[in-house]
Amino acid sequence: MLNIVVCIKQVPDTNEVRLDPKTGTLIREGVPSIMNPDDKAGLEAALRIKDEFGATVRAVSMGPAQADAVLREALAMGADEAYLVSDRAFGGADTWATSSTIAAAVSKLPYDIVFTGRQAIDGDTAQVGPQMAEHLGIPNVSYAEEIRVVGDSLIVKRQFENSYQVVRVKMPCLVTALTELNRPRYMTPGGIFSAYREKQVTVWTRPDVPVDDSNIGLKGSPTRVKESFPKAVKGKGEVVTLDAEAEADYIAEKLRERFVI
Amino acid sequence: MDFKFSSEHQMARTLFSEFAENEVKPYAAEVDETEEFPRGTIAKLQKNGFMGIPIPREFGGQGCDSLTYVLCVEEISKRCATTGVIISAHTSLCCDPIYKYGTADQREFFLKPLASGEKLGAFALTEPGAGTDAGGVATRAVLDGEEYIINGSKIFITNGKEADIYIIFALTDPSKGTKGMSAFIVEKGTPGFTFGTKEKKMGIRGSSTYELIFRDCRIPRTNMLGAEGKGFSIAMGTLDGGRIGIAAQALGIAEGALENTIAYVKQRKQFSRPLSAFQNTQFAIADMAAKVEAAKLLVYKAAYAKDTQKRYSVEAAMAKLFAAETAMEVTTKCVQLHGGYGYTREYAVERMMRDAKITEIYEGTSEVQRMVISGNLLN
Repeated sequence: MLNIVVCIKQVPDTNEVRLDPKTGTLIREGVPSIMNPDDKAGLEAALRIKDEFGATVRAVSMGPAQADAVLREALAMGADEAYLVSDRAFGGADTWATSSTIAAAVSKLPYDIVFTGRQAIDGDTAQVGPQMAEHLGIPNVSYAEEIRVVGDSLIVKRQFENSYQVVRVKMPCLVTALTELNRPRYMTPGGIFSAYREKQVTVWTRPDVPVDDSNIGLKGSPTRVKESFPKAVKGKGEVVTLDAEAEADYIAEKLRERFVI
Repeated sequence: MDFKFSSEHQMARTLFSEFAENEVKPYAAEVDETEEFPRGTIAKLQKNGFMGIPIPREFGGQGCDSLTYVLCVEEISKRCATTGVIISAHTSLCCDPIYKYGTADQREFFLKPLASGEKLGAFALTEPGAGTDAGGVATRAVLDGEEYIINGSKIFITNGKEADIYIIFALTDPSKGTKGMSAFIVEKGTPGFTFGTKEKKMGIRGSSTYELIFRDCRIPRTNMLGAEGKGFSIAMGTLDGGRIGIAAQALGIAEGALENTIAYVKQRKQFSRPLSAFQNTQFAIADMAAKVEAAKLLVYKAAYAKDTQKRYSVEAAMAKLFAAETAMEVTTKCVQLHGGYGYTREYAVERMMRDAKITEIYEGTSEVQRMVISGNLLN
């Protein structure tokens, strides 16, 4: 039976997030936390493989204690086990320190496939998944839009801006999932009850994770965010009301003026 | 006293709300307009475990509690009261009594497929001559060897024609009045069991409301639910639970109307100001919000009572009475705040006002709830 690890991040629902214009930091107060959408697609892909072939699905998250909620959600959707990597020592991590820490945690679990999302909606780096594959020394297939299990391999359709690539990869491997991969299932009411009343979220703190001090937390992070700022709001634009043909001519003329066409 | 939901109840509410927003709300107006039973939505509810929420897992259910079930009916009814009542009638009026009064075989053969979502259930007590006066049931069940022969008809049956399994009430000994009434489980397709007219209703128009007709309908003797002569008390006990479901439906309707109206009064302008800037609007919104909150507490308390107490008739009656009358009052005021637009089908409050009315009538009218409450205080 296959062993699948799914990495999940709890993120603020960016539909409701704003930046503080003065400090440039996220205003997280009162913003609901959700499971990162790409990660949810990875979880759904794992659960579908479990439905079809049988598999043990283990969800792993790194974050503060509140991240317990996304792991319970993963359990309520059908994951078998959940692990929360949580310690102050891991705080302030950039993508390098994050991927080092989570990869070390994942290395303690059996796996044939490791799923991560392509990227998290609060950071949008798309770096943690591929970096983890490097740390674990396994092949990485990013941007998965379709996945099939064939024997000891996966056939993965990768999505690019203007093309697709179909690759065959031997397990064990790491796949980064796109939301286009599937439509995640809902939790079930009974699944929610069992997630809280029968299943456990195992918490791994600093001593439980076999990773070097130089690669964790703020100190193990070679990059720093210097500044964040919201996009400048553009002007209202120009409103013209003409008939369809005249509108098309007008727009074409404007585009020509600006050398767009 | 702690008014905080547990983490599982909070997460369940999030689930129901998300599901209702994505899978129920988009069809609510169409279901009302076409009066079509929302089969596609019900299939999704069945697949996702929403049709057996309070039933233990060993009988095909989700193993949650009444509060979780009530949150489901509430969140669904916020967007579509038709879908809400389908869940409520199935769960409270069909799954629940088989779980409570059924034999091991009945739980295995009937409850499991109902609670796991393979089959849909219904409950049939009302007859042309037996509404609030449920003792007026005239349908007969006569024992013939190992079978009962049922003759009679039932009206206003929710999930009629769509359901697979029906709980019906018939007299096994007419000389004993209500003590001669027994409950039976009847499957769709049994010879002699047919459907009469479909009701054309003011609200909850997508719920299929039919007349059931029994002509020499033979069912196995083992399909009697509970003991002979216990039908009336089974019906009354079942309705206590059903009332909590309807109270949750009414609560959902009121909340849905209020949410829609709050959004509307903020954007609708008259005399160069949004309606929300007028004190008349502000006070109306405040009154409605306070009543909705009170209804909510009564409904949740009744659900809690069902899980923790042997008897909960009074809690159920209070919750249904207050939530139903709140739904009617709130939806009426919401239509008023919408003005002329509120009277058109373009706005959901019009449907919600029509849907609200039935909550004051079915599964015990508001007058019956008052009888239950005062009867308990004055005897």
